[in-house]
Amino acid sequence: MSKINHLKTARSGPLADALFGQLARGCAILTLVLLASILASLTISAWPAISKYGFGFLTNTAWDPVQEEFGGLVMIYGTIATSLIALLIAVPVSFGIAIFLTELSPAWLRRPLGTAIELLAAIPSIVYGMWGLLIFGPVLATYVQEPLQALLTGVPVLGSLVSGPPVGIGILSAGIILAIMIIPFISAVMRDVFEVTPPLLKESAYGLGSTTWEVVSMVVLPYTKAGVVGGIMLGLGRAIGETMAVTFVIGNFNQLDSLSLFQAANSITSALANEFAEAGQGLHQAALMYLGLVLFFITFVILSLSKLLLAQLRKGEGSKT
Amino acid sequence: MNTLTSAATTHKRAQKFAQRKFVNQIANALALAAMAFGLFWLFWILLQTLVLGIEGLSWGALSQMTPGPNEEGGLLNAIYGSALMVLLATLIGTPIGVLAGIYLAEFHPTGWLATVTRFVNDILLSAPSIVIGLFVYSVAVNPFHTFSAFAGVLALALIVIPVVIRTTENMLQLVPSGLREAAYALGAPKWKVILSITLKAARAGVITGILLAVARIAGETAPLLFTALSNQFWTSNLGQPMASLPVTIFKFAMSPYENWQKLAWAGVFLITLAVLLLNIAARVLTRNKS
Amino acid sequence: MKLFPRYTFALTLIAGAFASSALQAQEITGAGASAPAPLYSKWAVDYNKSTGVKVNYQSIGSGGGIKQIDSKTVDFGASDAPQTDDALKAKGQIQFPTVILGVVPIINVKGIEPGQLKLSGQVLGDIYLGKITRWNDPAIKALNASVNLPDAAIAPVRRADGSGTTFLFTSYLSKVNAEWKAKVGENSAVNWPVGAGGKGNEGVSAFVARLPNSIGYVEYTYVKQNKLSYVMLQNADGHFVAPDDTAFKAAAAGADWSKSFNQIITNMPGKDSWPISGATFILMHAKQDNPAKGLEALKFFHWAYQNGDKTASDLEYVPMPKTVVAAIEKLWGEVKDGAGKPVWTK
Repeated sequence: MSKINHLKTARSGPLADALFGQLARGCAILTLVLLASILASLTISAWPAISKYGFGFLTNTAWDPVQEEFGGLVMIYGTIATSLIALLIAVPVSFGIAIFLTELSPAWLRRPLGTAIELLAAIPSIVYGMWGLLIFGPVLATYVQEPLQALLTGVPVLGSLVSGPPVGIGILSAGIILAIMIIPFISAVMRDVFEVTPPLLKESAYGLGSTTWEVVSMVVLPYTKAGVVGGIMLGLGRAIGETMAVTFVIGNFNQLDSLSLFQAANSITSALANEFAEAGQGLHQAALMYLGLVLFFITFVILSLSKLLLAQLRKGEGSKT
Repeated sequence: MNTLTSAATTHKRAQKFAQRKFVNQIANALALAAMAFGLFWLFWILLQTLVLGIEGLSWGALSQMTPGPNEEGGLLNAIYGSALMVLLATLIGTPIGVLAGIYLAEFHPTGWLATVTRFVNDILLSAPSIVIGLFVYSVAVNPFHTFSAFAGVLALALIVIPVVIRTTENMLQLVPSGLREAAYALGAPKWKVILSITLKAARAGVITGILLAVARIAGETAPLLFTALSNQFWTSNLGQPMASLPVTIFKFAMSPYENWQKLAWAGVFLITLAVLLLNIAARVLTRNKS
Repeated sequence: MKLFPRYTFALTLIAGAFASSALQAQEITGAGASAPAPLYSKWAVDYNKSTGVKVNYQSIGSGGGIKQIDSKTVDFGASDAPQTDDALKAKGQIQFPTVILGVVPIINVKGIEPGQLKLSGQVLGDIYLGKITRWNDPAIKALNASVNLPDAAIAPVRRADGSGTTFLFTSYLSKVNAEWKAKVGENSAVNWPVGAGGKGNEGVSAFVARLPNSIGYVEYTYVKQNKLSYVMLQNADGHFVAPDDTAFKAAAAGADWSKSFNQIITNMPGKDSWPISGATFILMHAKQDNPAKGLEALKFFHWAYQNGDKTASDLEYVPMPKTVVAAIEKLWGEVKDGAGKPVWTK
């Protein structure tokens, strides 16, 4: 009797399986539909600007809602400049942190310190923004910007880099805050890839009498370089897409006349956050959507590269258990 | 021994070694400095958030509605709005994410659909959240002629889905195939194997993924700016604009009013606390499993 | 699976929340200008106490107000920059003023007290054109012989978003500084030659309060509420006036509201007139898709005209004269539902 019931349940399997399979498949397809919809929606909304400006949009510095003349270069520059500053600071620091955690730190400290750094990633970006504007900005102005300006005024290239009102907002502030935000991401990836370096390679180097630094720079780094670059690109992708922290401290100024680091500027994300609510349905909104599309595209390119590089490293790791 | 090497060579070697040792010590010192650098920012930010947040926190801050400028008030409607929208976004996003993750791990993991979906998912995972907000504005706010909490929920759900897909797939892949095969051998249909055996085995990891997704959207401001807008009053009507902690903090922090700024810090403290607790919970769960 | 019952329970809770919202009191949403925002939110709180109706006003800037009412995502929009009657007709909207307000330059310079610094329109324009870059510039010194002006760079602050406050400010500058008029002009959002951008009146006040040696412009309530350092301006008659509601009222005395509400009252004559004054407007659609909400909005403003004068004066806004209110409420007759029946029936 019970054997027949068992068979009955098993027979209802194929239909239930098919349904379940289709359901799961449908959800996977949904993600594709989602991406396609986002791209389509952005493109449609941006179309008036795309058809009017084409690629010239990317090199035009004008941003005049009154005359209806738009160009994205100011925002693109702001995004790239702040992200580059962020990388300049974050990459060496993350590298140092990764070395410390994998080679130098006593074993019992590794976990708590690693967790502590990862907590930086858990802090919501609006906290960074608020802290940056209200606390870090004034400190930066008094202890870094003013002395730098006093020191470098008159110096040919460097002087112009530090001209502009030393008030704690601008490209430099945004860059530094972004750096702090992406350190946990880059250092986490670096740690992961450093840890999968075959111990045999390292031990051999140590056995030959290498110092820790020599092992890291001549054995670990070359072995993991794809992963390291992948991690850096991951951090870059995060920095480029960050909205709230940048909006608070970048100064919202659409200009490119001064390339000073202390000058207020604008990034794609902060322009969107500030101007979208009131951009008229016409060209202004289309121009902003075009910027959004550009941002999406930049993030896409960087992340694809990052994935490719990280995947190259994984191939060398061996299969998962 | 050293009969074949002259005193000069030994001296050169010793010099070289001292040089290498020196370089090594510099490098180690820099690494330590880098670590201290990272920790410095962490402590500074957390300490400030703690100090200023607790200052702004009071029973009134938790029990009253958002005030007008320079008036008594609290964050209650913002806290409720955030909690409600985060909960709904998680409830909507999680099943879709888990099912898609199941598809990627259990059905044709090497097929074209799975490969493309993984790639697309990675793009969505790292898409700037403001772009998601713009998209939801175009499809859920403009056509319906109203800002609404529902649009906000939609935007947040779109952020939850890629996170859950990624972690679910990873966790399911870790389940040993022996477990599945034993279940199949007993005659269980595929859907039952997945739901009752594999998923259950990966349960801790999947829940971790969901917790991380929740932590992520709890602090998101940009997607809510053009969707749920904000509301000065209490509302639980999803078809109307609704206050949320991040948007309220954004508004209050940029303002010149002292009472608003204090509440903003209190709000920032609450969000940071919630997110940190969620992260710790997620960590504890995975640690227990492994 | 134990998860399923829990999931359904959660969904039922949500459905319940949805359903309960239908039983809630009417809620209307408005958005726009940040200049009158402190007043509108105070009115909304008092109105809610007296009638239970929630008027949710969000300060997103006049540009945002115009855009959102055009998109019909809000029930009313608010803007300090009036639109021409032709533009309104084309969009099928009406506009009416609620209060008169004043836009005031504010500064943050150590050693200069509120009301101590005197500026003329020419000098103010030149600062924002980037021609005057230091506080001890001779042009500023000429107007302020007795003030100790530091040798410091001026950090101008202006609006990053589309703003009626900016409209009033640039309208004034266009009238008093020829180079400004030629180079920049008047609008809610202009191509600023200099200046960091703050979001809303709130953002500009916050920036100026924090940035040393800065100058900005905000609606007067923000000055009073945050004890910012304001500036005396030279008006059309050549007198230096300090901002307050009598000065705004003096400026408004010259306005003629009988023909059209589209009035710009910057740089008006009168020895006590504050040169950067203006009315702030509400925008609504003449043809209401949701007449019930349209009626609620009108009821709110009717209540405000009847009972909100003291609140307005306390916050240094100037209430509209009763004759103008009568004309405004007559205009409300043009707000009609789908069938052509006026929504406002009093």
